[in-house]
Amino acid sequence: MATAKEIADKAERDDIRSRWLLSAPALLIVFLAALGPLLIVVVYSFLTPGNYGDVKWQFSTDAWVSVLFERDVFDDTLSLATAYLSIFWRSVSLSLATTVLTLILGFPTAYFIATRPDHRRDIWLFLITIPFWTNLLIRTFAMQEVLRNDGIINSALKLLGITDHPVQLMYTNFAVLAGMVYVFLPLMVLPLYASMEKIDFRLVEAGYDLYATRFEVLRRIIIPLVTPGIVAGSILVFIPSLGAYVTPRVLGGGTNLMIGNLIELQFGQGRNWPLGASLSITLMAIVMVALLFYVRNTTRSDGAHG
Amino acid sequence: MAKRFDVRRQNGFVSLAILCFFLLYLPIATLVVYAFNDNDSLAIWKGFSLRWFHVAWNNGLVIESSIRSFQIAAVAALLATISATMAALATTRTKPYRGLTFKYAFINQPLMVPEIVTAVALLIVFSRIKIWTGYSGLGYLIAAHTAFCVPFAYLPIRARLESMDLALETAAADLYATKWKTFLHVTLPLLWPGILAGLMLAFVVSLDDVVITEFVKSGGQDTLPTYMLGQIRRGVTPEINAISTAFLVLSIGIVTAFFFVSRKRT
Repeated sequence: MATAKEIADKAERDDIRSRWLLSAPALLIVFLAALGPLLIVVVYSFLTPGNYGDVKWQFSTDAWVSVLFERDVFDDTLSLATAYLSIFWRSVSLSLATTVLTLILGFPTAYFIATRPDHRRDIWLFLITIPFWTNLLIRTFAMQEVLRNDGIINSALKLLGITDHPVQLMYTNFAVLAGMVYVFLPLMVLPLYASMEKIDFRLVEAGYDLYATRFEVLRRIIIPLVTPGIVAGSILVFIPSLGAYVTPRVLGGGTNLMIGNLIELQFGQGRNWPLGASLSITLMAIVMVALLFYVRNTTRSDGAHG
Repeated sequence: MAKRFDVRRQNGFVSLAILCFFLLYLPIATLVVYAFNDNDSLAIWKGFSLRWFHVAWNNGLVIESSIRSFQIAAVAALLATISATMAALATTRTKPYRGLTFKYAFINQPLMVPEIVTAVALLIVFSRIKIWTGYSGLGYLIAAHTAFCVPFAYLPIRARLESMDLALETAAADLYATKWKTFLHVTLPLLWPGILAGLMLAFVVSLDDVVITEFVKSGGQDTLPTYMLGQIRRGVTPEINAISTAFLVLSIGIVTAFFFVSRKRT
């Protein structure tokens, strides 16, 4: 006869099995149309490019070598591939600049929302959410309306008599940066707000009682309290900035490429799929490093408070 | 009388916040205003007109790609929501079991990889399958959209489940309801707002997608966003503004609905 423990164990095993069955469709679709193909990208990065796109099934590390190096046509020596490296550098520095600028704009905004009376917070939050759920392409295009030669900025400059020739704003690094800040700003505000909402203002009051200035209160009380929000927001902005494709393509024109556009080129005109594959994996590796940094930071701060 | 000292005040924050809201809405406002411009080019304001909305409405490609966008979004959001609901039921309200963390990571994986990388990966795999099977229909786009919609549908459903009380389901079981009946008459009605929120999120996310669609689509399978991307590169007429404005109104409608659905849950 089965003991109570055996029956309980069996019930638990059955429960876990049915839980696996229940989650199977979601796991399967993610594996088939997201995760699985990524593994194949790794395989493709070690193959030889075909003549008209696609690949030849021949092992080669050329793609990986050319992510970093250029082979000299005449004497076969390797030197650093400055063209690709400069695109990587541009992507990383533009993404960092985007993160910093969204933080500078987003911090006061989130603080502003968090310090409104309860019943009015929702409406301000709603105003942040609308651009967030508006199509990214439409928002990028809206930025083009502002930046183009006969757009608002140039019209305003002309009206004020500052310039009579339009200032070229489109197709510059500045345009890409402005576009990314604009597009990703809500991603910074929302997590910042989530952690500011929880600030206990008695701590701030205590700070003032101890003769702190407003700036000291900000630096030594508020900022430390919302650090998890700052880290989360920065990651949420940095990662999609790094992989940005639409914004640099629309606002940056042909010369201000970012990694995303470089990858696309390998599958379009470049016809070098293995190189595109290895560039994709490089991009993903940078993102993973950023995520690891985030995970380490959050677990550490959890530990400190709990 | 001196004003009370406000501990929440930080110098300059209010003006920066107002500036931020202004910057967020200025480009969108410009875009909408110029949609009503009665001029062939974007440059100069000539007067109010609905002309470009007519042009867009009579543009067969716009209508065709809009219908395609809706078809894909509807099917993908539905599939994603069903599988996400099942997955959420399987991963909440239990003590940790082996594989639970694995499931979380797996389901949220599409959120962690840059879109361009997923797009390229799907291009590689699907172009192979297209050659092998000869099939080049909408199935690829639907599969791709379903996959990246799953985490968006999963998050609100899981959040809702975690805030739900198990006592009612236990009570139903005590009253000899079968598992299925309990689910149908107790769990599902309680979970419904979460499912609806997940469905709407998934729908909007699918409708908005540019990058993955651009890489996966076969010839003649433009969705509205990829059609617009092509047009923007070719130089623009206010027609794009008109389409964008219509799209914007739709998005705001869905977000407003989402806002109210998710607010009711308290």
